[in-house]
Amino acid sequence: MKLLTFKGGVHPPERKELASSRKIEVLPPPSVVKIFLANHGGAPAKPLVQEGDTVKVGQKIGEASGFISANVHASLAGVVRGIEKILHPVQEKPMEAIVIEKAEGEENWEFITPHGDFNRFSPREIVELIKEAGIVGLGGAMFPTHVKLTPPEGKTIDLLIINGAECEPYLTIDHRLMLEKPKEIARGIKILMHALGVKRAIIGIESNKPDAVESMRAACQGEPIEVAVLKTKYPQGAEKQLIYAISGRVVPAGGLPLDMGVVVQNVGTCLAVYNAVEHGIPLVERGLTVTGKGVKNTANLVVRIGTLTSTILEHVGGLTDDVDRVLFGGPMMGIAIRSLDTPILKGTSGITALTADEVKGPTPRTCIRCSRCVEACPMNLQPYLLDLLAKKRLYDQAVEQGLMDCIECGSCSYICPSGVEHVKSIKLAKKVYRALRGGGKK
Amino acid sequence: MKLNVVPSPHIKTTDSVPRIMFDVILALIPALVAAVYFFGVRALVLALIGIFGGELLEIIIMRYIRGIKDFKPDGSAAVTGLLLAMNVNVGLPIWVFTTGLIAALVLGKHVYGGIGKNPFNPALVGRVFLLVSFPSYMTTWWAPKYWKLEALTTATPLGLLKEKGMEAVGFSYSQLFLGNTGGCLGEVSALALIIGFLYLVFRKRIKILIPVSYLGVVLILSSIFWMVNPERFGTPLLHLLSGGLMLGALFMATDMVTTPMTPKGHLIFGAGCGVITMIIRYFAGYPEGVSFSILIMNSLTPLIDMYTRPKIFGKSMGVSGQ
Repeated sequence: MKLLTFKGGVHPPERKELASSRKIEVLPPPSVVKIFLANHGGAPAKPLVQEGDTVKVGQKIGEASGFISANVHASLAGVVRGIEKILHPVQEKPMEAIVIEKAEGEENWEFITPHGDFNRFSPREIVELIKEAGIVGLGGAMFPTHVKLTPPEGKTIDLLIINGAECEPYLTIDHRLMLEKPKEIARGIKILMHALGVKRAIIGIESNKPDAVESMRAACQGEPIEVAVLKTKYPQGAEKQLIYAISGRVVPAGGLPLDMGVVVQNVGTCLAVYNAVEHGIPLVERGLTVTGKGVKNTANLVVRIGTLTSTILEHVGGLTDDVDRVLFGGPMMGIAIRSLDTPILKGTSGITALTADEVKGPTPRTCIRCSRCVEACPMNLQPYLLDLLAKKRLYDQAVEQGLMDCIECGSCSYICPSGVEHVKSIKLAKKVYRALRGGGKK
Repeated sequence: MKLNVVPSPHIKTTDSVPRIMFDVILALIPALVAAVYFFGVRALVLALIGIFGGELLEIIIMRYIRGIKDFKPDGSAAVTGLLLAMNVNVGLPIWVFTTGLIAALVLGKHVYGGIGKNPFNPALVGRVFLLVSFPSYMTTWWAPKYWKLEALTTATPLGLLKEKGMEAVGFSYSQLFLGNTGGCLGEVSALALIIGFLYLVFRKRIKILIPVSYLGVVLILSSIFWMVNPERFGTPLLHLLSGGLMLGALFMATDMVTTPMTPKGHLIFGAGCGVITMIIRYFAGYPEGVSFSILIMNSLTPLIDMYTRPKIFGKSMGVSGQ
């Protein structure tokens, strides 16, 4: 059978075997959590608690402010110790986080009401519940889910695509979720279909996870949910590439999937939706993979949002001596964190600790125009040219050549035999260009 | 603990520029072996001067003239040197060859800023420099003689074709294919060159569409002209197997630095080389036009790049170059 895929891409070492056989464990509630008010794309939430307040797990502590924003909930039952400014790994600047210290004894929970069998609710009510639960895209982008489920007037959605590709090397949490929670994910998909009013959903899974394909097929038996097997190639799970591979639809540059009648949700998000709608549990925890040769033991864990990286690493036995960097996410798109005190976000799909040996690359040299970056770019850009224009500070020309269309997947920098860091200069150029334009387009 | 904070991606290919260059040298070994077999040990001497002399010269240029003290050799100068050796005849005096090597690396490469910056294939710059500076040395062809070099000169198949017509060529196709003809070191055996080329294809180290369109266009044009006048224009097989075509199409026109960046650009580049080569072979003063055709197309590379920019995924129209 021909596997579905896109044009371009690369084949980095997958290293999924480091963690793919580890069953999901629940990390015991930590003694402290630090929950960013900006735990999502868009505007930070407004704090609803202050120092000294007692909170329950699931209690809303931050209110969404603005359309693209999400609620934030306490992930620990205890006492609010204040609002601290700490370095936000995604925003790269100090941002407010609510610090909660765990209370002794039994954990008190607060659930969203109403909740229960989703058939009781209208699509509108479901979107409201999801909004209330503070659910955002758990694949990493952290875009508020309720916004994706609210297409603007005049746009009709006819296809829901579920992203189970997990193309990022090393990470295995989506794989494990599909093996261990297939029924719940399927139920979450049905809830999303109901909310969107679509008749068809397709789950895309890379061919390197045949057991997940089996598992999801079994769980979706008799439902209008198909499982599509995708070629194992990075970045197969990038939104536009996934949509193209599965449906043949091309999302216009600068456009959104809903322009093509598609909504994409990650498998983890489906599980969160199921937990929120049918059990009233807001987004207070998530699954993530702890992996890389830089950790003593690998694991797939369910952790509370805001748990400190150090707490999670302690649970797996800590870091090895030759660790070079610790990432939020996988090695291709992950963000290197500065401090092990960084709390995990709603979008943190993994903690990857890499050793000096794993990050070794070619000695940086001048581009020899081998054209591999051009072949590898899934957006059909010319990374070598963007890098050149960015370094010459010719931002307008770079934008003409598609600077803003770059999805920063890193395929070009991965494949470059001259060790050129295209993505680094592209990211910087995007930032400068936006600043010069007065920050018009986010 | 000190954590390294750098942008993604955090893993990189195990490939590198020196490895690519090493593979190109490996790919030229069959042709070198053929050259030594047919022309004798002197072929090996020229090749070794090219490889090691080229590298040494580049180190001197980089460290002592351009002042880049931490320069690490990448093997590209060795490739240039070896290719230059492949582009001269076996009897070329060492001092002439060395002059050509200096011209290749200085005029062909470092005056532009070194690797990645040069618009023309450095080995071809060296060859053409020698061709115009030492025409008689460069066009004295030595008969292939097993292991002993005799001062016998012989004409190349294309030279014979140009002067006397197809009747006078007198080489069998198997001679041309295997390498038993007069010519430059790297021109004699099409078979050895193809073996090396297949290695580069297998290792995914080559812009494969360039030789495909180059040889394709030569085949089409030579077939048409052969049908018009077989005696004057020669057979398609003669054109494919003789002269520097195989060496040029497989190893010179595929130089990464001096060729376009997109598949469409590769096709145009190869086709352009094919057309110019045949125009020179049929109508110009030289019997052979591979070097000139590649250099001319090298000069068009930026223009080809500009007009073959790929359509961005999701953009309804291609982006025009400015």
